[in-house]
Amino acid sequence: MRYSLSSLIRNGLTGNRGWPQAWRKAEPKDRYDAVVIGGGGHGLATAYYLAKEHGFNNVAIIEKGWIGGGNTGRNTTNVRSDYMFPESAALYDFSLRLYEDLGRDINFNIMLSQRGWMTLIHDHHQLDAARHKANWLTCNGVDGEIIDAREVARMMPLLNVDGNPRYPVMGAFLQKRGGTIRHDAVAWGYARAADRLGVDIIENCEVLGFEKTGGRIAAVDTSRGRIEAPVFGMAVAGHSTVIADMAGFKLPVTSRCLQAMVSEPLKPLLDHVVISPGTGVYINQTQKGELVMGGVLDLYHSYGQRGTYPTIEKVVTAAVEMFPAFAGMRLMRHWAGIVDIVPDSSPILGATPVGNLFINCGWGTGGFKAIPAGGYMLAHSMATGKAHPLIKEFGLDRFRSNRLVDEGAAAGIAH
Amino acid sequence: MIVIKCPSCHEDRHEEELEYGGEADVVRPTPPDGASDETWTDYLFMRTNTKGVHYEQWCCRAGCGQWFKVARHTVSHEVAEVIRYEDRFAYQKEGGE
Repeated sequence: MRYSLSSLIRNGLTGNRGWPQAWRKAEPKDRYDAVVIGGGGHGLATAYYLAKEHGFNNVAIIEKGWIGGGNTGRNTTNVRSDYMFPESAALYDFSLRLYEDLGRDINFNIMLSQRGWMTLIHDHHQLDAARHKANWLTCNGVDGEIIDAREVARMMPLLNVDGNPRYPVMGAFLQKRGGTIRHDAVAWGYARAADRLGVDIIENCEVLGFEKTGGRIAAVDTSRGRIEAPVFGMAVAGHSTVIADMAGFKLPVTSRCLQAMVSEPLKPLLDHVVISPGTGVYINQTQKGELVMGGVLDLYHSYGQRGTYPTIEKVVTAAVEMFPAFAGMRLMRHWAGIVDIVPDSSPILGATPVGNLFINCGWGTGGFKAIPAGGYMLAHSMATGKAHPLIKEFGLDRFRSNRLVDEGAAAGIAH
Repeated sequence: MIVIKCPSCHEDRHEEELEYGGEADVVRPTPPDGASDETWTDYLFMRTNTKGVHYEQWCCRAGCGQWFKVARHTVSHEVAEVIRYEDRFAYQKEGGE
């Protein structure tokens, strides 16, 4: 069934009992034309673009848990494309442009809300850096501007601007096209769209190892049996090293915990996404009314997908420092995802030392915003065997050739 | 939360009192001119990133300031072993390792 106003009215009037299941529960077959490892946003998008852009109609996604249960379900739902270097800006803005049209493309409301994404400016150095970045963005053809403290106070009346805050607000960098998306809708929308094009989504199917012949993967051994394919793709974020170890190559990745939390639902009080480099926290309000808050990375290597009290304390005290009215608010949930940190804070996309295995990893703390582009690029690599022009700078070989794309300076927060 | 007993001052330190120093035993290639580009790439960038028991370096930053080596499970954060570098070097001098 196509989702539309008429289907909404028709089902609404008949007790909402006529909605069909959005995608099939597939059983693994022995052989596919392509296998995507990882059923998060990037993996689901990869399978969708393999089917849509490259005509693959016999594709499997294998996921060890449930789709969208990893970082796709654990992020703070922010999207933006204010990256500094031309190659990064081109890739991230391509992603945002795909997101801007995704609802129509996959016939699923992803609840894209381009409410404005702002980084507060607390001192003259940050003001200089923000101007520098805004100039870069202008050259890259991406929107971004500097606004003054009065405008910040007008946009966020509850923000402590005048009450002698610990970190004074001099203004903000604002990307108006930035904002939030309903994260589960991205997973579910891509899953439904891929399923309709014939993709098998296989959950509870963990990779146990690879069968290799002559430097290529012949088949993958999974907890649900052996699956053959001529080409494989991996989009497993924090677990990239685990898969790479089985395939027999090294990655410059360290896995770390990134935590986030939500408050109880409140009436609308924060219309934008705000990030403070001073307090090290970022906050936005969901359409349900919860405040979503995130902080810095746990600064040690971890695969533990759970939060810790020191981070809750840091994030909550920072949020109250910025918005004193939040002091009486209660937290509802907190959680963590395992992100894949790379030395230059840029993704690793394209070929691997294994001839028919292609990779999409290294998005680190910013993978959600990159889902459409990450999927599109991995699908391109798997279908053609070549790197798309937008990812030529982002190959795994850049560490050997020492041509890093050091985006650390352009990240939203100093992780 | 990670809690490690510092092997030098023998106090329990939690993660806010400690500084993480990354994977242990990442050794700079010697002689530098003789090492291949692949060896340098491995040394500079590639890490084991183990899911399981991982050997790593920690510093008792809020306490005695000593660096030491720890074997920690990266999912449960359980500490299996804490090693003083001084002891290890003494052991090596005796021709043990």
